[in-house]
Amino acid sequence: MKKASFLMMIGPLFLLGLYFFPLWNIMLGAPQYPEPLGMNIHIDGIQGVNEFDIQNIDGLNHYIGMKTLPKSEDMWEFSTFPLIIGGMVALGVLVGLLGYFKILSPNWFVGWFILMSILGVLGMYDFNAWMVDYGTNLDPNAIMKLANPDGTPMTYKPPLFGHVKMLNFDVTSLPSSGAWMMFTGMMLTVLAFLLGRKTWKSKPKQAKLQTMKVKVKK
Amino acid sequence: MRKLNYFFGTLMGLTLLLFGCKPGGDGSGNGALASSAAEKVYVAPGEQDEFYAFLSGGYSGNLTVYGLPSGRMFKEIPVFSQFPTSGYGYSEETKPMLNTSHGFIPWDDLHHPDISQTNGELDGRWIFVNGNNTPRIARISLSTFETEEIIEIPNSAGNHSSAFITENTEYVIAGTRFAVPVPQRDMPINEYKGNFKGALSFISVNPEDGRLDLKFQVMMPGFNYDLSHPGRGKSHGWHFFSTYNTEEANSLMEVNSSQNDKDFIAAINWKKIEEFVNNGGGTKMATNYAHNVYNEETHTGTSTMVKEVLTVDPTEVPGAVFFLPTPKSPHGCDVDPSGEYIIGAGKLSADLTVHSFTKMLEAIEAEKFDGEAYGIPILKFEDVMAGVVKSGGLGPLHTEFDSSGNAYTTFFISSEVVKWKLETWEVVDRKPTFYSVGHLMIPGGNSRKPFGKYVVAMNKITKDRYLPTGPEMEHSAQIYDISGEKMELIYDFPTHGEPHYAAGCPADLLRANSKKIYRLDENKHPYAVTSPDQARVERNGNEVHIYMSTIRSHFTPDNIEGVKVGDKVYFHITNHEQDFDVPHGFSMLGQNTSEILVMPGQTKTSVWEPKQVGVWPFYCTDFCSALHQEMQGYVRVSPANANIDLSWSLGE
Repeated sequence: MKKASFLMMIGPLFLLGLYFFPLWNIMLGAPQYPEPLGMNIHIDGIQGVNEFDIQNIDGLNHYIGMKTLPKSEDMWEFSTFPLIIGGMVALGVLVGLLGYFKILSPNWFVGWFILMSILGVLGMYDFNAWMVDYGTNLDPNAIMKLANPDGTPMTYKPPLFGHVKMLNFDVTSLPSSGAWMMFTGMMLTVLAFLLGRKTWKSKPKQAKLQTMKVKVKK
Repeated sequence: MRKLNYFFGTLMGLTLLLFGCKPGGDGSGNGALASSAAEKVYVAPGEQDEFYAFLSGGYSGNLTVYGLPSGRMFKEIPVFSQFPTSGYGYSEETKPMLNTSHGFIPWDDLHHPDISQTNGELDGRWIFVNGNNTPRIARISLSTFETEEIIEIPNSAGNHSSAFITENTEYVIAGTRFAVPVPQRDMPINEYKGNFKGALSFISVNPEDGRLDLKFQVMMPGFNYDLSHPGRGKSHGWHFFSTYNTEEANSLMEVNSSQNDKDFIAAINWKKIEEFVNNGGGTKMATNYAHNVYNEETHTGTSTMVKEVLTVDPTEVPGAVFFLPTPKSPHGCDVDPSGEYIIGAGKLSADLTVHSFTKMLEAIEAEKFDGEAYGIPILKFEDVMAGVVKSGGLGPLHTEFDSSGNAYTTFFISSEVVKWKLETWEVVDRKPTFYSVGHLMIPGGNSRKPFGKYVVAMNKITKDRYLPTGPEMEHSAQIYDISGEKMELIYDFPTHGEPHYAAGCPADLLRANSKKIYRLDENKHPYAVTSPDQARVERNGNEVHIYMSTIRSHFTPDNIEGVKVGDKVYFHITNHEQDFDVPHGFSMLGQNTSEILVMPGQTKTSVWEPKQVGVWPFYCTDFCSALHQEMQGYVRVSPANANIDLSWSLGE
């Protein structure tokens, strides 16, 4: 249980990476952008991969009537997410600590994991909803109003995961280093649960065995 | 059976035919050779060249940038000539760059580029070039590839033995080809002899920012100082100039200055003269020359007139200047990578004279002089000569070096490049050029560390090399692969203007430092607008200043009223793009000047003096975006006495 609790304390700490590394990355390459434009989505805001990428993405997007990319203060998510992550890290470490002193069972470990997963899915859902709005809520006076082959107005929602060809741009959206760290940390808590469960269950058994041995000796 | 025999017979015949093709295929054997040359110069689409080559533009006044081995031209850098393509020399910011003591000059003749060095090796910070006609030296940044500084050289004329730098870029050296009265004065031309002077200028380079300062001029006898090169390694601290017209003739020079069997190479110990000057030596002389500096943050050039120059009489600094007799009006004066050998190319002879630096020092030490000229000791030819290259060619001009002890000399009259070995002086190879080669260039070939892979021969005569284009043609150049024992001609390409000398360096030395944009937040131009809401129009008497910004794909403002006939309208245009390779252009109908191209983050000013009432359009001249055609605007011009207030707008 010591090892498991230790893992349970380490795992959530990996989430601290989200304060330094981007959660998600979207790259936009095109014939005239051999060095692609890119944005890194951090929990507290969107940053350009290169210094002027955000300005240049906004510049290009104005042709098709997309809104400019939100600044940190424009979206409640960017002030709330860091708090949620901080809270979850603290909670996870606390659960691990209490596990270490055998106050909490490893079930709490997986409990933390499930809660984190739910928050993650909610986060993704929110992120996707923003992208839908960003890609479809277009200025009616846009310079270029393009239509799909079926006649419906073309929209520009970036993919949540993977690659999409959008006009002249190849758009690739993938989890970035912060997300991978979070994923690793969450897996560690699952490992902590599995490991903890084994030792937690075996401990009482060992105690029983010992008492049996004592009985035999008598 | 018979049928079978026929069959085999036919087969044999076919085989013979097939093999018979082989000897005929020797022609295609040449084709195979040619294709290997093609492979050597082929830079596949999307790939980049191995070397930068900076070819002087001669009478174009500008410097051109090429790639080696492809021979593709990347850019023309305006230096001494107005360049309507970008507005250089037309925009208010760049006009001061072409100011001289003779006023604004729209042109010059650019001959010799030299890349800055540290410890005798190319360091890729700047490239220096000379203006030959109205003597000037320019410094070009190798991060922006723009002219940053031009300094006029007083007391000089035909600034030809220039611009050569010392091995730590301590000095740019500029010698006069034409001797002139110093100071200039009204005097009979035929009193040249003994009265005219040859000024050799030493322009210090600030190691931090490259800023030039004419530190001193050595006032030499009135010979013609033709070309020069710095000492390096053991001869660092010396500079060598070839001379002709030691006869001091002043007319029908082609005959009268070719009479002496030997002219001189002048060896100047500049370290000694520097010390002399630093200790208060030299004479200050009143003069007047322009010093023009371009500031990358204000995007503006300023011209300052300097009124004084420090001159040095070489006879006052004993042991600093010597003459090395060199046959037949030497032209090229080149120093090998070790600094030991000084090659004088007697342009009226077949042979090259090689002087030894060590022998020169010994002769000086032993004071073995063969008389003097105007108080300057002349060394004995036999004492300083290291060897003679019996070339078999005619009209040697210039020599460059590889890193394995070989030298490559051009021959103008016999139209060839000759490869020979230092120290044995034997000729190893020779290849024709097409036609009448002047300079040649090996990247780093004028440094301690040459990159001996290619030599570029730059010719004076083109004739039939390319599709004919009337009497006037671009000059031709050839690239030879010199990685083997024998040189191999691998490419032939036309060049822009008339290249004289060139300089080259590995692409990696510059590629990463090449600027992509100017930062808008570092723009300190007094008329810049860093945000479109600062765009405005102001009147100051009959001057109208339009503070305008550009971004894909509009000008802010794009409708302007209240301008009147007789106004002088300044369009101060700031390009708000911060994206690589998105310039915007500007031109106004009826404007008596060129367009301007404004790079991202930059501000440039274009002047328009409207003479006619009307509504006149302006537009972006650089195809900037899909909506480039719409990037346009109008200025309403009212009569001089109209009562219309200034107003401006965008999208109203």
